[in-house]
Amino acid sequence: MENGTVLSMRNISKYFPGVKALQNVDFNLRRGEIHALMGENGAGKSTLIKVITGVYPKDAGQIFIDGYEGEVSIRSPQEAQNHGISTVYQEITLCPNLTVAENMFIGRGEYKTVNWKEMDKKAGALLDNLGIPARPKQQLGSCSLAVQQMVAIARAVDTECKVLILDEPTSSLDDKEVAMLFKLMRDLKARGVGIIFVTHFLEQVYEVCDRITVLRNGELVGEYEIENLPQVELVAKMMGKELEGLSDLKAGERPANTGTPVYEAAGLSSSDARPFDFRIAKGEVNGFTGLLGSGRSESVRAIFGADRVTGGEVKVNGKSVKINKPFDAMKQGIGYLPEDRKRDGIIADLSVRDNIILALQVMKGFFKPLSAAEKEKFADEYIKALGIKTASADTLIKSLSGGNQQKVILARWLLTHPSYLILDEPTRGIDIGTKTEIQRLVLKLAEEGVSVTFISSEIEEMLRTCSRLIVMRDRNIVGELNGSELTQEHVMRTIAGGVE
Amino acid sequence: MKNNRAELRKRGPLTDTQLLMTITICIFFGMYVLAMIIWGGGFLRPQKIFDMLNDNAALIIVACSLTTVMICGGIDISVGGVICLVVMSCVVHLNAGGSILTAALLALGIGLAYGLVQGFLVAYLEIQPFIISLAGMFFARGMTTIVSVEPQKVAHEGFQKLMESKIEIPWLGYVAKKGNLVPARVEIGVVVALVVVIAIFLMLRYTRLGRNLYAVGGNSQSALMLGINVKRTRFYSHLISSLLAGVAGFVFLMHTGAGNATNATGAEMNAIASSIIGGTLLTGGVGNVIGTFFGVMTLTTIKNIVTTSGLRDPWWQSITTGAMLAFFIILQSVVLSNRGKRKKAQ
Repeated sequence: MENGTVLSMRNISKYFPGVKALQNVDFNLRRGEIHALMGENGAGKSTLIKVITGVYPKDAGQIFIDGYEGEVSIRSPQEAQNHGISTVYQEITLCPNLTVAENMFIGRGEYKTVNWKEMDKKAGALLDNLGIPARPKQQLGSCSLAVQQMVAIARAVDTECKVLILDEPTSSLDDKEVAMLFKLMRDLKARGVGIIFVTHFLEQVYEVCDRITVLRNGELVGEYEIENLPQVELVAKMMGKELEGLSDLKAGERPANTGTPVYEAAGLSSSDARPFDFRIAKGEVNGFTGLLGSGRSESVRAIFGADRVTGGEVKVNGKSVKINKPFDAMKQGIGYLPEDRKRDGIIADLSVRDNIILALQVMKGFFKPLSAAEKEKFADEYIKALGIKTASADTLIKSLSGGNQQKVILARWLLTHPSYLILDEPTRGIDIGTKTEIQRLVLKLAEEGVSVTFISSEIEEMLRTCSRLIVMRDRNIVGELNGSELTQEHVMRTIAGGVE
Repeated sequence: MKNNRAELRKRGPLTDTQLLMTITICIFFGMYVLAMIIWGGGFLRPQKIFDMLNDNAALIIVACSLTTVMICGGIDISVGGVICLVVMSCVVHLNAGGSILTAALLALGIGLAYGLVQGFLVAYLEIQPFIISLAGMFFARGMTTIVSVEPQKVAHEGFQKLMESKIEIPWLGYVAKKGNLVPARVEIGVVVALVVVIAIFLMLRYTRLGRNLYAVGGNSQSALMLGINVKRTRFYSHLISSLLAGVAGFVFLMHTGAGNATNATGAEMNAIASSIIGGTLLTGGVGNVIGTFFGVMTLTTIKNIVTTSGLRDPWWQSITTGAMLAFFIILQSVVLSNRGKRKKAQ
């Protein structure tokens, strides 16, 4: 192990049934650095973190830690902690009902009784030392999320950790809180702690990090000094496209549709989405793009009223309307295919037929049930139209493949004859054949006059289907691309933003 | 900045536990003073308080056991049944020639057995505590009738003496109409109950187990990540609860001196109500036995006030208990949600 390295992982591999989650990944962390671990969904970031923290056993490879002779084996979070590796997770894993001091000391070491005075004193000293604005006796739940996060870090620091893993610590913090957290991170860095920082906010990476390791599809893309890797190249590395030769992939020749707007929003905001303006014309297909966590899903959820709407003017077909909950949106002819199919989409234990007719039934109201014959007719019609592969309409939806489940959810919305359909990641995790079918279906719907908002992590797919792309970064809309601007390179540059 | 922080440290807001407990204590004293002003008479004598304690010693103990499990995020509705089973078993044992000591050990043994089984099922087999203690309740009631179908009185002389022996406190007594001094009388069960309250208070506040109970009740997932043995903590919460139910059964017998299959019917519900009034949250992680003690006293005072004001029919007590419970739950949720809002506004 070279000098100054505190954690070194070599040729780490991890397999899950049918998936190679990590393949021969190397990772090196120096003393006193902040090291970003980057990658899109499924790149293997969390798997790597879980291998370090002993949540998953590794299938191959070696781990070396400064101060330990030879290879170390880490089999549980407890063992990781004993080796000086502490983790602070995205969701705060402290107890909100206990005091700040207790949260820092509970469950550590051997003791039978609690000496509150001494504990408060020790906690107070540590909080002062790290500049965390909390009192030891204060109930943790009364602190802001950022401070809770920092208390978790203080606990980790006090266990004399050499490696501190921060797993998306900033995703629920505002700018001021993020600044506070960064100050603490720099302090710790100055004390020689090696910090692994997992995030999907690019700007933040360039603000605090020294080096970046990029993973993609379970493989190591590379390890870079931050100054040698401009933002746009980082995006290209994460998405797996080299910048050269991207330009000749031309988008389909469809002019942006400027017809009558079906849906218009001004300053729309929700509990999760920052205010934004948006309009879509009849028969238009547009897309929201951006990295994971950029706010694209949150924005469309605001349009559908799926999160708590906090402000903004909404017009449907030129008329002012209020959309506060999904049912309001449905009444205006808006359909929404959610990002997380398993959680928000399918009702696993209902049959294909019942899943298909669900939205229509809700629109009609449950006191006017569809007749058995009608259900049968609708279900059969759409199973045929979309080519859903199922044994029968009575089959439970959970036994279908992902692509077919997705088609069932699509059928559910098509049955309500929406004038505006929002598809959030309709093609994720489904086979290539079904993907193209869904893309074709989107274009066909547009021809029939349905407006569609299409979200996908794959830029090519968006370029093939959309005539207009709205680009988001760090929860703000940073650009809108039309016509000739719709090229991979242009899209990536806009996603990456300023720093070249 | 420095100054600011010193300012912050000087006086922090109370924790939820402290706040809810304070509210209960204030309401109890407010209500009691009000009763003294309006009805005077009995309420002015310290004996009134002691009577309330004498009648409710067993309830105070089971309320403590409920508070303990509820803090850990569980529930135990078998305690009434356990009391009933303990009472009947002890009566039969005493009448069959057993000694007071063995009767007390029997009471603890039944509690221990219940705690071990229910604790194991809840903690290690992860069965819903509500269901398992519901089963435990039916089982205990059924076992009681197996022990004895007929109601039985204690015939054991020593025990009768124990029942009648009371601690007299002359300076808290009052002068009766005839002119003689009637000292305040406290039953031994009350002493046991107070010892239990103090012991559980110290356990919850100052021991590792006590704090772990709060942590597990607050967020069991986090507690696990913080290195707490969640299963063992849950196991102990039920063990303590059932053991205390055994103690409560013995105290109950010292007060009534008779076993009956309907003894302590609804005791678990009264205990839950008292815990909640005392500031324990059903969701876990918040609560305190001092609050619970005042919860019992508040409930009893209300019942006393209702009777004193002339509403002697039994249903009035149920109605006021219900109203009281609803009032406290609404108060708690309003207070706690206001705190949440203030935090967001910061």
